Amino acid sequence: MSNLGEVVLLECWASPFCMRVKIALAEKGVEYEARTEDLYGGKSDLLLTSNPIYKKVPVLLHNGKPLCESTVIVAYIDETWSSPPLLPASAYGRAQAKFWADFIDKKVFDAGYKIWICKGEVPETAKKDFIEILKQLEGALGEKDFFGGDSFGFLDIILIPLTSWFYSIEKFGGFEVKEECPKFSAWMNRCMQRENVVNALPDPKKVYEFVVRFRKMQGIE
Amino acid sequence: MEDKKLVLLDLWPSAFAMRVRIALAEKGIKYESKEEDLFDKSPLLLEMNPVHKKVPVLIHDGKSICESLIILEYIDEVWHDKSPPLLPSDPYQRSQARFWADYVDKKIFGIGRKVWAGKGEDQEAAKKELIEILKTMEGELGDKHFFGGERIGFVDVALVTSTSWFYTFETLGNFSIEAECPKLIAWSKRCLEKESVAKSLPHPHKIYEAALWLKQKFGIE
Repeated sequence: MSNLGEVVLLECWASPFCMRVKIALAEKGVEYEARTEDLYGGKSDLLLTSNPIYKKVPVLLHNGKPLCESTVIVAYIDETWSSPPLLPASAYGRAQAKFWADFIDKKVFDAGYKIWICKGEVPETAKKDFIEILKQLEGALGEKDFFGGDSFGFLDIILIPLTSWFYSIEKFGGFEVKEECPKFSAWMNRCMQRENVVNALPDPKKVYEFVVRFRKMQGIE
Repeated sequence: MEDKKLVLLDLWPSAFAMRVRIALAEKGIKYESKEEDLFDKSPLLLEMNPVHKKVPVLIHDGKSICESLIILEYIDEVWHDKSPPLLPSDPYQRSQARFWADYVDKKIFGIGRKVWAGKGEDQEAAKKELIEILKTMEGELGDKHFFGGERIGFVDVALVTSTSWFYTFETLGNFSIEAECPKLIAWSKRCLEKESVAKSLPHPHKIYEAALWLKQKFGIE
């Protein structure tokens, strides 16, 4: 599969949104240059000029043209490099995948944040809300192996990176996803059998160290 | 395709629902509109959008599609043979259209609410931010007739519906959007020359009456 030009990804290791793009590029066999932004330093000039609206990673530069917002980038990757297809073939299937991607973007990270940012005891409502979101996703998964059906696809790519933050959420929240949502946990394990996923996701314990350090910097410990 | 039953769960002042009305009108597609009462949601709405319980919902041959921008893409794909497409065919241009429609979703509605329902310093800050957001959109429009180029496209449909609320923002916020963003107002007038847009947007004064009624209902002073 031809690379179709130069591909650069502005990223940082802890960002689940960047991990989505890494997995998508790997699934398509696209070679790219990863340029890491310094989490604690200032943002690079290239980032600021490529994403003036949000000034955030990930940014994909394809032949110098910038693309921002991870869900938009993953859809672009799917349309530009056709094999294997990440989105379902039918218009309805695609609408469903995009609906749940939007749900995930609106709900998952924020619900987790409300748990790991807590000073002192985590309210029961915060834990309940997080679990409820995972149960809704379990409903969308149903009896399928992956959200994409038999094969790993768009929605799996959108969701699996966020799970690298679950260890931190579980530690601060005092619960375990595999106890509360065994089906969801089983899906996570199936994804983690895939080399492209394992390569893109950091060690959850490293994410935990990052969260602990972040909390200290915010004066929460 | 048109033989299959098409129903839109609708709400006349909703800028999200208006988007779907425009898209269906652009494509010349016949459908049944069912007006919802948000204070007394129909069993059909609750069944077809159990996750968010919001309008618009497009029901096509018994299957529901939710979230207005996702509905627009679905309409574009299913009725791809009808009229010019809303989204461009080039993947990079498509990604840009999706990025800007997403920007409209992220920014305009939350701030708009603070303008018409807020007061004091909160309202003043919201007014300033709204103008900045609209100026950003003006920058993206540039010298083009429409965001879609020579004809209306995805971003035009995403943004033009909010303009039916501008009179409400201006009256309750006591400021003029046209004075600050004349290019954007000129663009909105060009859009309104299109029948599909003109018949899908309620008169701004009617929106204003609805906003006053909502303020009273929610006890906002």
